[in-house]
Amino acid sequence: MMSETLQLLINGLLLGSILALGAVGATMIFGILRFAHFAHGDFMTVGAYSALLFVSALGLPVLAALPVAMLMTAGVAVAVDQVVYRRIRRVAPVILLISSFATALILRSLVQMIWGSSNQVYVSGIQLPWRFGPITLKPDHLIIFAAAVVLVVLTHLFLTRTRMGKAMRAMSDNMDLALVTGIPAERVIMWTWAVGGALAAAAGVFLAMDTRLHPNMGWTLLLPIFAATILGGIGRPYGAILGGFVIGCAMELSTLIIPGAYKPGVAFAIMVLTLIVRPQGIIRGTL
Amino acid sequence: MELLGLLSYALFFLNLVGIYAILALGLNMQWGFTGQFNIGIAGFFAVGAYSAAILTTGPSEDWLGGFGLPFFVGIIGAVLITIPVALLVGRITARLRADYLAIATIGIAEIIRLIFQNEDWLSNGVRGIPGVAKPFGVGNGGYLVIVGAFVALIYVLVELARRSPWGRVLRAIRDNEAATAAAGKDIARFRLEAFVVGSCIMSVGGALYAHFLGFVGPESFRPLYGTFLVWVMLIAGGSGNNNGALLGALIVWMIWSATEMLAGLIPQALIGSPSAFRVLLIGVLLQVILVTRPAGLLPEKRPPLPGASR
Repeated sequence: MMSETLQLLINGLLLGSILALGAVGATMIFGILRFAHFAHGDFMTVGAYSALLFVSALGLPVLAALPVAMLMTAGVAVAVDQVVYRRIRRVAPVILLISSFATALILRSLVQMIWGSSNQVYVSGIQLPWRFGPITLKPDHLIIFAAAVVLVVLTHLFLTRTRMGKAMRAMSDNMDLALVTGIPAERVIMWTWAVGGALAAAAGVFLAMDTRLHPNMGWTLLLPIFAATILGGIGRPYGAILGGFVIGCAMELSTLIIPGAYKPGVAFAIMVLTLIVRPQGIIRGTL
Repeated sequence: MELLGLLSYALFFLNLVGIYAILALGLNMQWGFTGQFNIGIAGFFAVGAYSAAILTTGPSEDWLGGFGLPFFVGIIGAVLITIPVALLVGRITARLRADYLAIATIGIAEIIRLIFQNEDWLSNGVRGIPGVAKPFGVGNGGYLVIVGAFVALIYVLVELARRSPWGRVLRAIRDNEAATAAAGKDIARFRLEAFVVGSCIMSVGGALYAHFLGFVGPESFRPLYGTFLVWVMLIAGGSGNNNGALLGALIVWMIWSATEMLAGLIPQALIGSPSAFRVLLIGVLLQVILVTRPAGLLPEKRPPLPGASR
């Protein structure tokens, strides 16, 4: 029982680091553009499949394909914003939301048309897991966790040390005040999409390393990502990271008492509870 | 033969248009009138379809069945089962802002689908419930009359609601919640009422769908078919306008069917998966509508205020 719990906790931290990377982007977009971006999970899918392009075509190792995939997905995110969202930004946030639902379907069907709808993996064959008593750990898990930590630290440095990062935080915090002080809104928005898209791509690649590639892979994680976003407080990247780990661990640990098929329900229940009890999220105050 | 095939396709097509028109009218009650952003249509659609299937089928060891009730009792039962579900969802989500409501409703719809997919004793899991017969032994033609009657009935009721003082309060809440609250209206109650009524309409659509196809399975209630197409219909037709909801259902289902033919014409080597290609086209269509005509083909026309001239 104890070792099973420990194993689930490890799985939960792994899932948590994937959710956290997705949630940072989602929360910044939510905070700055004021709408729930329903295509965020599909950015993850696009990222995972762009990496597959380089892994299978050029024979690159996955970690070498990761930065390219992040760049490509950042490009896709900025392009979607410029072509579609920018034109309807001033109408109403809900219109943006419907539009992002359409973007999600477009991206997913493109992935399915290019790569097909069957499961794929980066590297075939079985990885020998390390055994520590009853606990097993795959080498990939350590890589994912380490890479996620590096990305979170880089995001932190970007948000606190660069002008653009500070401007993004300011806009997410208090839009009117930020605009009055002369922050270049359009450029900040563009950077938000780029950063959000790149982090989502990383999350997608890690998810694919841990499990496999499938056109629906990102969409199925959208609800947990939103749960992490709301739990952490909208527009708060550090809250999103914390929220991601909480949701990830809760989802895995829940399998001790309920069937695994209902994992998304656990994320959802935590989210609804947050909305009712503490709508501002777990982290109070400013960033 | 050719003509007969065409006729039978037309009957099939129009039945589905009618069922989707009912879903769109239900959504119009929630989004068009009240501004409640429900993207969990598939959930209420599924509750209606499964309720009707369970209530009307004969005994089976594979799912909760054997009630063998008549068609109309099944429809009424579907609505009665939907009311507490919608009340619960509505109570949870009543105070949420539009985007939170969207996330919450899609989550609920997915959980409802997961329940039907995993609880074998209730719904036979992924295998679904077969043998949901059409009522009175009718074929597609006779069933079209029944579906048409339901569309007409629901249209009249929803249109009456829209013109009534109740409908005016809903629009007032949508347009300016603070002012409506200041006028002494109980916002939460009106929103909840509209949410439940809209959900029950969706549930009727689900029940009719179950009898039309003769089979219910969890695949039909994925967000794409259950929710997204209905949204495209309402947005394209013109939200807030019941005629728009009907027109949108017809046009979008025509386009959706046409994409099937179009996907069949293009060599598969070029597009990969035909079903993905159809989704791509309908997604692009929605983006074009949102960018160029966000009010839809038939924009909302407000009914005149009582006592106002013209």
